[in-house]
Amino acid sequence: MTELAGPSPAVPGELTTSPAASAGPGEAPGYRPRRTLPLAVETVRQLHRRRTLITFALLLVLPWVLVGAFELGGNGAADPQTPGLVTTATAGGLNFAAFAFFASAGFLLVVAVALFCGDTVATEASWASLRYLLAAPVPRARLLRQKLIVALGYSCVAVVVVPLMALLAGTVAWGWHPLKLPGSGVELGAGAALGRLAIILGYVLITEVVVAAIAFVLSVSTDSPLGAVGGAVGVVIVSNIIDAITALGAWRRLLPTHWQFSWLNALQPQISWTPMIEGAAVSFCYSVVLIALAFRRFRAKDIVS
Amino acid sequence: MAGVVLVAGGATAATLASRPGPYTARDLRIPVLDGPHDNQRVVLDATLFRPAAAGRLPAVLLAHGFGETKAAVRGEAIGLARAGFAVLTWSARGFGRSTGQIALDSPDYEVKDTEQLISWLARQPGILLDHPGDPRVGIAGASYGGAIALMTAGYDHRIDAVVPEITWNNLATALFPNAAGGPAVDGVFKKQWAGLLFTAGTAGFGPAGLAAAAGASGAAGASGSGALASAAVCGRLLPSICAMYQQVASLGRATPQAIAILRASSPAQVASRISAPTLLIQGENDSLFGLDQAAATYRQIRSGGTPADLVWFNGGHDGGNQESARVDGLAISWFDRWLKGRPWRPASRGTGPATSAGSAGGPARVGTAGTGQPGFSVSRNLGFDPSSGDLSLQVATAPAFPGLAGTRHRLVRLTGPPQVVLNPPGGAPPSMSAFPGLGSLGGSLGGSLSGSLATDMPGQSAAFQSAPLATPLQITGAPTVRIRVSGPAGLTLFAKVYDVDQAGNATLPFSLAAPLRVSQPSSGQVVTVTLPAMDYQFAAGHRVRLVLTATDFGYATPTRLALYQVGLAGPGIVMPSDPALVLTDAGLAWWVWAAPAAAVVLAAGLLLTGRRRRTGSDPADEETDSGVPLEIAGLTKRYRDGQLAVDGLDLRVEHGQILGLLGPNGAGKTTTLRALMGLIQPDTGTITIFGRRVTAGSAALSRLGAFVEGPGFLPHLSGRDNLALYWRSIGRPGADPQLAEVLAIAGLGSAIDRKVRGYSRGMCQRLAIAQAMLGLPDLLVLDEPLNGLDPPQIREMRDVLIDYAAGGRTVILSSHLLGEVEQTCSHVVVMHNGRRVAAGPVAEIIGGGGSLLIGTPRTAEAAAVLGSLGGVASVEAHPDGVLVQPGDLAASDLVAALVGAGIPVERVGPSRRLEDAFLALIGPAELAGAGTRAGDGTGTPAGDGTGPPAGAAEVVR
Repeated sequence: MTELAGPSPAVPGELTTSPAASAGPGEAPGYRPRRTLPLAVETVRQLHRRRTLITFALLLVLPWVLVGAFELGGNGAADPQTPGLVTTATAGGLNFAAFAFFASAGFLLVVAVALFCGDTVATEASWASLRYLLAAPVPRARLLRQKLIVALGYSCVAVVVVPLMALLAGTVAWGWHPLKLPGSGVELGAGAALGRLAIILGYVLITEVVVAAIAFVLSVSTDSPLGAVGGAVGVVIVSNIIDAITALGAWRRLLPTHWQFSWLNALQPQISWTPMIEGAAVSFCYSVVLIALAFRRFRAKDIVS
Repeated sequence: MAGVVLVAGGATAATLASRPGPYTARDLRIPVLDGPHDNQRVVLDATLFRPAAAGRLPAVLLAHGFGETKAAVRGEAIGLARAGFAVLTWSARGFGRSTGQIALDSPDYEVKDTEQLISWLARQPGILLDHPGDPRVGIAGASYGGAIALMTAGYDHRIDAVVPEITWNNLATALFPNAAGGPAVDGVFKKQWAGLLFTAGTAGFGPAGLAAAAGASGAAGASGSGALASAAVCGRLLPSICAMYQQVASLGRATPQAIAILRASSPAQVASRISAPTLLIQGENDSLFGLDQAAATYRQIRSGGTPADLVWFNGGHDGGNQESARVDGLAISWFDRWLKGRPWRPASRGTGPATSAGSAGGPARVGTAGTGQPGFSVSRNLGFDPSSGDLSLQVATAPAFPGLAGTRHRLVRLTGPPQVVLNPPGGAPPSMSAFPGLGSLGGSLGGSLSGSLATDMPGQSAAFQSAPLATPLQITGAPTVRIRVSGPAGLTLFAKVYDVDQAGNATLPFSLAAPLRVSQPSSGQVVTVTLPAMDYQFAAGHRVRLVLTATDFGYATPTRLALYQVGLAGPGIVMPSDPALVLTDAGLAWWVWAAPAAAVVLAAGLLLTGRRRRTGSDPADEETDSGVPLEIAGLTKRYRDGQLAVDGLDLRVEHGQILGLLGPNGAGKTTTLRALMGLIQPDTGTITIFGRRVTAGSAALSRLGAFVEGPGFLPHLSGRDNLALYWRSIGRPGADPQLAEVLAIAGLGSAIDRKVRGYSRGMCQRLAIAQAMLGLPDLLVLDEPLNGLDPPQIREMRDVLIDYAAGGRTVILSSHLLGEVEQTCSHVVVMHNGRRVAAGPVAEIIGGGGSLLIGTPRTAEAAAVLGSLGGVASVEAHPDGVLVQPGDLAASDLVAALVGAGIPVERVGPSRRLEDAFLALIGPAELAGAGTRAGDGTGTPAGDGTGPPAGAAEVVR
C-alpha cells in the first residue's frame, strides 16, 4: 500500500465545478445505445488475454510440428491403410495446407472455436465485469451481438491461420507444387488449388459455427468459462461417438458433426457439392436455433454474478 | 388356391404411391400350355401382390434369376405393390414348385408361358386394361429374368414397359465371346460361368445345391441306372439343352448346334421388334453378361424407334455395389412413367451403403422424350466417401448412350517389343482375371477384390506399357487396340488393360479380360481387339498396361503346347469417352431447403416468445416527474429458489442527498441495487431514475454510476486500460470521462499502469469507485465502498462523497460502517427482511426521540433511580451508562435526581449513535423470530401504524 498517494486536494473542488443534477433528458448527455461496446473495444478487451495468445501460438506452431513429424517419420505412403491426405501431405505446400485442415478440423479447431465462443460471456460473468457493462448500460441484445461477432471473428482467424501457416511451412519444407488430389492423383494448378482450399476453408468455417453456437449458448447459461468451453467440446465428442455407430444409418445425418469432414469431397477431381450443401444446411439449422436460444436466455436472465 | 388376405382397405392408390402402405399377397397356381406344338401342360407357381387399393391398377410381371424361384423377388414385388402396382411373380418352368423343364428362356417354352400369364392378368378383376385381353403391364427381372422380360416384350406387344437388369443380348456371344470380332462359333468358351449356370440348372444354386448335386450323382453312380444318371446329370434341364451343354463343355468349343440353341434364347433375335419403352440396367462388375451385351440390346431397341435408356450401375454378377435401393427405385420410376403416365421423378435416395449414390439424372438432364429420364447414366466409384466412410458412388448422366465406341477418342501410346507367349500344355496354370461365382458369395466381396486377384503367369504373357499419363484419363466404352499375332490355328489370347500406379502396383479394372481367338492366323496377322467395355478413370501419373496372356481361369483354352508371337500393330490403345457424361449430384433432398427455413422459423419463435423485458422506450412507462433522481415504488423480487428478497419497497431519493442504505445481511439491499442497475427483473414495482423507467439496458442507466458487489475488471489489463475501455464501452463518445479527476480519487499512483491482476483488494475497490464515477454520473450508487480502505482513505472518501453530492448530484451508499454513514449521509433508509423499516434524515433517525445517554460508572443504580422517577418513558442499561427516554422530564431533572441519589454523572448528551437506532429498529424483529414478518407493535412497524420506536422519523405503511 506504500504506492498509495495522498488525496489530491484539488479533487473536491473540481468535482463541484460541474454540477450536473438537472431535470433534463432521462439519459446522460451523449449516450448512444448503438455506440456501446464497439467491436474494436471488445476486440482489444479479448486480444491481450493469455488464452487468446496461447491459442494462436499453438495454432501457428502446429504446422511446423507436423512438418517436423513428417521429416522424422516419413508420410507412411507405403502403408495402404494410410488415409489419402496423409500420403499426399508432403507433395508440396498446397497439399500440406489441405492436410492441415484434415489434422486440425476434427478437434484442435473445435477446441479453439469453443474457447473463443464459450468463454466470451461466461468469463465476463466470472470477472463480474458483465454487470458493469450491462449497467453502463450496454443493451443486452447488443452486448451479446457484439461479443458473438468478435468471438466468431477470433474463431474465423483461428481457422484461417492454420492452413495459411501450413501453406507457408509446407512450401518451405517441400516446395511449391501443384495440389495432388488424394486417391485419384489428379494434379491441380495453383489457381484451381487455391480455389479448392478456399472452398474447404469456407465449409470448415460453416461447420465450426455449430461448435461456436453450442459454446455460446453454454456461455450465457453459466458463469463458469471452463464449463462452457468444456461443455461445447464434450457435445462435439459425444456427437462424434454417436456418429461412429453406423447402425444408426441415416439418423446420423442429424448429428452436427456428421458432416465435419464433408469438405473432403472438394478434393475429388470433380467437386461433389451435395454432401457439403447438406452439411451446411444442417450446420445452419443448429447454429441459428442455438444462437436464438442464447439471445432468448440472456434477454430475461437475472444477472446475479 | 390360397385365400385372399386382406390386410386393410380403403387406402387410395395415390397415397400408396407416396407412402408405404399395406398390400395383399395371394399364392396361385396358374396352368399354361407351351412347347413347339403348344401341347405341354405346365403349372406355374405364382404369387399376385396387390396394394390394398380400390380400382384397376397397372400390373408388373417380375421374373427371377437362374437357379432361383419367385421367392427371390418377393421384396422387390412388395416395393412395387406399395408403389401402386399389381405384381405377379412366378417361378419359371423347371424352377421351384413350377412344373416343366428349363428351356433357357426359349420362345417355344418360357416366352409362351409368360404370354399366357399376361392373358391371365387380363382376366383378373382390378387390373387396368388397355383393350380387352390387353392389360396395362410392365415386365422386369434380372439376369435370366431380364432375358425373359426382353424376349416376352419382343414377342408380345401387350407389354408396355420393360426393365431388364444384368442380362444378355446374345447368349451365344456371352458364353463364347471373341474380342477379335470373329463369329461366336469361333469364340472362347466361358467355361466357369457356363458350368456354374448349368450346375444351378441341375441342382440349384449355391453351396447347398452343389452339395445336393454331388450326392445325387454319387447315388446315380452306385445304382448304375442310365435314367437315374440322366436325371442326376441334367436335373430339370430340357434334354436338348443338357446335351448341348455336355457337348460344348467336353469340347471346350462351340458347335453350330449349340450356337443355334443359344441364339434362339437371345433377345438379339427380337429386340428390334420391341415396342415397349425399355430401361436397360447393366452391371459394371460383370464378367458374365458384360456392358457390351446391354449396349447391343440398346442399339437394337433404338433402331426400331422405341425409347430406351441405359444405366450402368456398380454391381453385376461379379459383385460390387449392387445399389439395390437405387436400382429398385429406377424400376419403379420407369413403370410410373410408362404405366401410369407420371412424369419422371428421381429415384429416392438409397439408404444402403451407397448413400451418396444419389439418383439418376438431375432435373436438367434430358433423356428419352425430354422427360428428364436418365438417358444414359453411369455409376462412378469415387472410392470411400471420407465424410461417411461409405463407398462413394456418383452418377454421371448424358442425354443418350453414344455406343461403346464413344464420341471422343484418346490414343494412349504403348511401347514394347514383340514378345513370345507360351500356351502351356493342358492350359495350366492359368492366369486370372475375374473369379466367376465369387460375387454371388455375398455383397461387395467380389467388388472389393476386384482387380486384386488378377495375375498373369510369367512366360504366358506379353505386356506393353504407356508412359505416365500427363492428365487423368476417363474412358467410357470399349477401348480398342491393333496387335500383330502369329501362331498355330486356334490361337487364343486374353487381353487386359491394367492401371499401374506410380509405385508399380497394377490393378485390373473390374477384373475384366477380353478373350480373343483367331482360328486360322496368317503369319503376322493384324487383329483389332475390342477390350472390355467399362467406365473407368486412370489417374494422372498412372500408366496404362496392355497384357495379352494365353490362359484364363474362367475360360477353356487350347490344351496343346503352343508358342505365339505377339506385338503391337499400331501406336497404342484407342480410349473412347463420352464428354456428354456429367457427374450430377442428386437433386438436393427436400430437407436441405426445408430444414433451414424451419430453423429460421423456430429461431424467430424463440426470440419472439417467452418472458420479455419491457423496454425503456415504452411511452407508457415514462414518468412525468422527471426531476427525482431515484424513485422506487412497490418493488418486489422473489428469486427462483423461492427466497423473497425484496417485499414491496418504496423509496425516494432527492437531489443532493447522500442516502445511506442500511440493513442487516439478507435485508434486500443488494437485490434492490441489482434491480436499480437493471440486472434483475423485478416481479412487481417500478424503478425510475430521473423520471425514466429502469429496465434491463434502459437508457436511464446512463446517468447512473455504480459500484455494487465488488469490482469487476479485466485482470489482464492495467487499471488505466480498464477504465479507458470501460468508458469507450458505455456509449458516450462525445462526453468527458473526467479521467484525471476520478484517477485522483482512486489514488493508485503509478499502480494504475500495472495489470489489475496484481492489485490488492483495496486497490481494486478504489479503482471500482473511480470507474463508477467516470463521467461524473448524476446518480452514484456505492455498495460497501469503504471496505478495505484504511482510516485515512475512509476519511478522504467521505469528503469526496460529500463534495460530490454538494454539486447537486445524488449518492446512494450502502455500508455496514454505521459511524461512517452517520458522518457522511444526509438521509438513511433502513431495510430489514426485504422491507423498508425506516427512512428519513439521519438526524431524525438517530436523535429525533430525544434519547439521552447519561454517562455514569454505576449503571445499575442509575437505572434504578431513573426508573423510579415519574414520567420517564424508558431506561436501558448501556455500556457507557444508561440510555433514557426522558419523556416529559428535562435533562436537568434527570441529572438532579441522579446527583441527588449520590450517583456520579460524568456526562449527559443526546444518544447520537446510529448504531443504537439501527439495532433498535431491527432488534425486535430479530427477537420475534424468522417466521413472523409482521411486527408485534412494539418493534418493527409493519404496516399497522403503531408508534415509531426510537424516534423513527417516518412510519412505513
